[in-house]
Amino acid sequence: MAAFAALAAGLLFGLGLAISQMANPAKVLDFLDLAGKWDPSLALVMAGALAVTIPGYRLVLRRPKPVLAAHFGLPTAKSIDWRLIAGAAIFGAGWGLVGFCPGPAIASLAWTQGDNLWFLAAMAAGMLITRRIFP
Amino acid sequence: MENFTPVSALAGGALIGAGAVLLMWLDGRIAGIAGIFGGVLLPVRGDFAWRAAFVAGIVLGAAAWRLGGGAPQILQITGSLPLLIAGGLLVGVGVRLGSGCTSGHGVCGVARMSPRSFAATATFMAVGFATVYAVRHLAGGLA
Repeated sequence: MAAFAALAAGLLFGLGLAISQMANPAKVLDFLDLAGKWDPSLALVMAGALAVTIPGYRLVLRRPKPVLAAHFGLPTAKSIDWRLIAGAAIFGAGWGLVGFCPGPAIASLAWTQGDNLWFLAAMAAGMLITRRIFP
Repeated sequence: MENFTPVSALAGGALIGAGAVLLMWLDGRIAGIAGIFGGVLLPVRGDFAWRAAFVAGIVLGAAAWRLGGGAPQILQITGSLPLLIAGGLLVGVGVRLGSGCTSGHGVCGVARMSPRSFAATATFMAVGFATVYAVRHLAGGLA
């Protein structure tokens, strides 16, 4: 049951990435290009998402537990440390180079173009290497 | 701003948010793609099926939109092969080291008012802006 629920959630998520064109790297790079022909669309993608998650989480997290699991799995880390900031900075550099972040990179499999596979493979390698060094 | 698409951006964003809320409501999970995908790459017994299902759902959801004729029909992926690989490596290392990406920190963490996610989101946005500025306006269109 939990897997079917995750499939449904993933379907909504992937549909949203496609409709908003966040899956298209050129659209992302035009958003990040403040000094060029700036396209503010992706700021509205985030605004639209937060307009749902902020009240949605508030309602859901008021419940004693999720519908299909024993408890909510929320992150427990609190400190803003060097790993968080360095990681976010490294991620931002890769995002700015290509225009893919993990969700859109996965959604891009729906387009079967080929070059996105190189990005995905490199991303997976980067994640596995980092997990090795910083378990 | 000739390419500004406010309606599809807001609608798509709302769907992304709906997916995130559904995953929390039913499965009690944060919709952080980096973390969920990480658990598909290195599966742990009893903690794999929902992750694989969510990842498959993302691909199928996007495929439904494309096969239904929605834009974009072709992804515009610019940049050479070495650049794609370098970008992928940086994203993979960064999201793992920084415990999240645009979805986990930017959408879910910010919605929970997590100070860590605010800091991470501000950082990757700032570096993303700076990187595109450097590539497009300083290096003269390397990508």
